[in-house]
Amino acid sequence: MTEVASVPDYAPEPRTVALIDLLDRVLAGGVVISGDITLSIEGVDLVHISLRALVTSMLGDPP
Amino acid sequence: MTDDAAVWLYAVTRGPEPGGLAALSGVAGAPVRAVAAAGLVAVVSSVSSAEADEQQLRQNLEDLDWLAATARAHDAVVGAVTRSATTVPVRIATIYHDDDRIREMLTEHQAAFSATVDLLTGRTEWGVKAFAASNGSDTSSGEAVSGESAGRAYLLRRRAQLRAREAAEHLAAGHADRVHAELGTLAVAARRHPPQHSRLTGTRASMVLNAAYLVDDTSADDFAATVKELDEQRALLDLHLTGPWPPYSFSRIAEVSA
Repeated sequence: MTEVASVPDYAPEPRTVALIDLLDRVLAGGVVISGDITLSIEGVDLVHISLRALVTSMLGDPP
Repeated sequence: MTDDAAVWLYAVTRGPEPGGLAALSGVAGAPVRAVAAAGLVAVVSSVSSAEADEQQLRQNLEDLDWLAATARAHDAVVGAVTRSATTVPVRIATIYHDDDRIREMLTEHQAAFSATVDLLTGRTEWGVKAFAASNGSDTSSGEAVSGESAGRAYLLRRRAQLRAREAAEHLAAGHADRVHAELGTLAVAARRHPPQHSRLTGTRASMVLNAAYLVDDTSADDFAATVKELDEQRALLDLHLTGPWPPYSFSRIAEVSA
């Protein structure tokens, strides 16, 4: 991962940022083909939302 | 049901089998292998019933530790394959009963995968995120006021700050649209993801652009230079280039033509 632009001083831990960028892609990108064991598209969206809640709780409440 | 209950699909390439698969480990540390059919190669690993049960899978996806480890494992395999062949990444948690079902799937979607490989050949996905730059303009008057007028002054100041912030973000969003349009002219395809919430990014600055671009490898340097240039030109925005990524954001076309 290349960070070309200057990193602002409030930058969070790079691994966290990378994980969120990665989740954007592996959860919402990639070819969607129905496997034999699948979650409905609607279900995946729900999972996505609950995930974000989870990540937020991991990062803690804002001051 | 104990071991090897199902098959996890990472990516699809056109044959021959990409080298180095044996050195890779996938989800839950399982060895990675190839399943070939119809001139295509599926990169897969076996998963246990713990990963293959729909109910369990749903729970797992909400378990951050499992999700983070699995997303990284999935991406590590997709990334490694991308380095040796044009690769169509598959969305996380696409699971089949066995190798025969993988071969059926490859045969069924042969044309769509082939078309997608053609589109992706010689091209790479790059990410650009833009944040509304914090200009640090604090409109504090610096005048000491006391009593009732102090409270009123505070409220007025606070309201002015909020209004200024809203205006700045609106302006930044407009700049982000123009940046996206300009970068789009250097790309074969472009796609905007929803902006990430500031609580996830850990910044106070709001994200006004979260986009992915499919760029010809011959234009990659131009693209990076343009991002840098735009970052310097547009004082209202902080631009961040990420990548190279496997082409996750540009592999949805297969479902259209399937």
